[in-house]
Amino acid sequence: MSEVLLAARNVTKQFPGVLANDDISAQLRPGRILALLGENGAGKSTLVNILFGMYRPDSGEVVIKDEIVDLHGPDDAISRGIGMVHQHFQLVPPMRVVENIVLGAEPSKRGLVDLAEARSRVVELSQRYGLEIDPDALVEDLPVGMQQRVEILKALYREADVLILDEPTGVLTPQEADHLLGVLRELTATGLGIVFITHKLREVLAIADDIVVLRNGRVVGETTPAETNESGLAEMMVGRSVVLRVEKSAAQPADVVLAVDELEVNDDRGHLAVDGLSFEVRAGEVLGIAGVEGNGQRELVEAVTGLRHPLSGTMRINGEEVTNGSARDISKKGVAHIPEDREKHGVISVYSLAENSVLNRYHRSPFSLRGVLRRDVIDRHAEDVVEEFDVRTPSIAVAASSLSGGNKQKLIVGREFSDDIKLLIAAQPTRGIDIGAIEFIHRRILEQRDKGAAVLLVSAELDEILGLSDRIAVLYDGKLMDVLDAQDADRERVGLLMAGITQ
Amino acid sequence: MSRSLLRTVAIPLAAVVFGLLIGAVLILSQNASPTAAYSALVVGGLGDADSFLRTLQKATPLIFGGLAVAFAFKAGMFNIGGQGQLLVGAVFAAGVGFGIDGLPIFVHLPAALVAGALAGAVWGGIAGALKATTGAHEVIVTIMLNFVAGNLTDWLSANPWKDNSGNNIVARTPLVEDSATIPTMGAVPVGFILAIVVAVGCWFVLERTTYGFEVRSVGHNRNAAQYSGIKVGWIMASTMAVAGMLAGLGGAVESLGVDGRFEAGVNVGLGFEGITIALLARANPLGVIPAALLVGLMEAGASRMQFKAGVAPELIDVIQALILFFVAAPIIIRWVLRMRADNSEQLQLGAGWGKS
Repeated sequence: MSEVLLAARNVTKQFPGVLANDDISAQLRPGRILALLGENGAGKSTLVNILFGMYRPDSGEVVIKDEIVDLHGPDDAISRGIGMVHQHFQLVPPMRVVENIVLGAEPSKRGLVDLAEARSRVVELSQRYGLEIDPDALVEDLPVGMQQRVEILKALYREADVLILDEPTGVLTPQEADHLLGVLRELTATGLGIVFITHKLREVLAIADDIVVLRNGRVVGETTPAETNESGLAEMMVGRSVVLRVEKSAAQPADVVLAVDELEVNDDRGHLAVDGLSFEVRAGEVLGIAGVEGNGQRELVEAVTGLRHPLSGTMRINGEEVTNGSARDISKKGVAHIPEDREKHGVISVYSLAENSVLNRYHRSPFSLRGVLRRDVIDRHAEDVVEEFDVRTPSIAVAASSLSGGNKQKLIVGREFSDDIKLLIAAQPTRGIDIGAIEFIHRRILEQRDKGAAVLLVSAELDEILGLSDRIAVLYDGKLMDVLDAQDADRERVGLLMAGITQ
Repeated sequence: MSRSLLRTVAIPLAAVVFGLLIGAVLILSQNASPTAAYSALVVGGLGDADSFLRTLQKATPLIFGGLAVAFAFKAGMFNIGGQGQLLVGAVFAAGVGFGIDGLPIFVHLPAALVAGALAGAVWGGIAGALKATTGAHEVIVTIMLNFVAGNLTDWLSANPWKDNSGNNIVARTPLVEDSATIPTMGAVPVGFILAIVVAVGCWFVLERTTYGFEVRSVGHNRNAAQYSGIKVGWIMASTMAVAGMLAGLGGAVESLGVDGRFEAGVNVGLGFEGITIALLARANPLGVIPAALLVGLMEAGASRMQFKAGVAPELIDVIQALILFFVAAPIIIRWVLRMRADNSEQLQLGAGWGKS
């Protein structure tokens, strides 16, 4: 067996204006898990793309199984046993699991795809690695965690002995994430090596054998879980000490702002997703909605923000009924919305930062006058948002697509917070962004609370819910299991409720 | 010329050059001289005042047709219905043009133009409204409406609105009144000036107004548009109506300024050329003007090219198809020119395909 499965040696890669990788070395040995840790833009993706043959390094070497290689493309890497699970899955949703797994490497018989053979190989594979899956299910019907399993099987089917996972837990619920970590640990028992890219400290400490921390394209630290802890890693990553827990004062709840009564909402397939919910959010408090994803959170948020019509029930904002109001009617009541999926709803990626900064207000004075946009006013507003919310960008004229996830999110938050808000609806406000930005956004959300806004926080990150909320409502199967005061809530109690268990 | 402008026009320009080069090979294969053919083409389209005016005249409906496709593109919709919208615009403008008399020109002519524009708007609006309410794909609906428009205008011009003067047997309307005829300004047809004004107006609406912001938002990201409070269905329906209006206006200008009447079969194909123009212009309303002028020039010069160099005028269609091919497949040009891909310039061709 090889000594070194996969390694980068003194790899340097320059992009116009950015030194993405600066003399990086890292290596992976059989049966081990290497965590690449770093904030967005630290150079993790570039490094991995070099290892996977997508980019060629300007200087330095890539080593696969003790051999210096010159990769000409991902095909080269795959044929040498490197498997990659991308953050955004590369699956064909309307096709079956087995078809997705063998796609591009189908067993054939007389020129036709031999699906029976493919199926039996997939079944054998999933048994061998303990990755149970229904080979005949359609990928589009599978939950995200299972889709990820299909991706892993896809790599194993191609006889990968190195798996590269790019932010694999970013899309998973805490339970799914924990499960995945267990699966990965078991996989290494067969001698497989895993490169695990993340910015979640807890996961790194839980699973990694070796940790390489990147910042600004350089290796700033090499360590192991035994030698460090969360705040040590965070400091290495960010380059300064970070507050992992937000300090907050006691809430001063005032009048009811959002009152939801017996709300029922269907999901896209016409199934009841929100099942008779009733709750209130008061000015000056954060109500956190905890729950495993897919228990009605998305439909609830869409209903409350006017993007989806409820079946029945009522919603009031400051006493006024808004049940069948449009998104614009509701936003006019002083409602700000940080959407769950920033690429889908939050920004228009080809638009400039300036245009994105007025997505919710372009039609209002002073941003337009009698139907004509006032570019100068819009530009000034965008400059203000970028300045105040610390959006790192060369200019407000660049397209939003050029921003990192964290900076996009800061732009969205800045846009939504630039009015006097009565009600803030924040759905997964820090998903997939780096620690610095998370800390920043958390502070801003609490600032809104202290200024007297009612905050409805929906998050799959239990730590985020526990850290920010004054009261915690647990959603399970479209129903409220319980509403707890923050001081009575802990991981275990909320976790049980999230699983639908009441004592 | 700024660098970004240069980048924007590089692909269409290169597409034209490549199209002409391959065209030259085809001309050679007919044992004719490419230089003679192309110089005849240019002389035929630009050589003297008459041929230049013919180029402007040919370009006019192409500008309208190109705008009709480009405008819809901005909302992420593919308007294949320019042909039908142009036909109904042409026939209703002619209807008002010959059907009413005794009006002064400053009332009659605008009324006839508006009739054509409205007819086109209805024709495009039907497709947009169906898309917004039922999800019916605009490509399918506009193609079907092209057939309906073709038959409707054939019937109108062969039956109730037929020209019965002399012993006419052709399906056509009577000539429009002088008071509904588009005049010339000096030698320049006013229709062309109108087309330029409308193109600039489209650019202004799309780039500078809140309505245009909504249209572009829907085109780029329908979900984000909905999130920001835009009524997506209304934008889709109204954009298609505007697109239809532009094509209808093009038809009206043909009837009132060029042909002097509506005649079945005369305008066939003009609407489809709008797709070529819009692609060549990369859906930019201002880019539509040079794109239409170029195609107009080739069409104006084609007969001289046949006459002087013995090259079949169909070659012009082949060259147009080649240009379109290269515009639609910019990767070939990038490869030849060693250009780096730039996402911002990517045209969302048929962004709505496969989605409802």
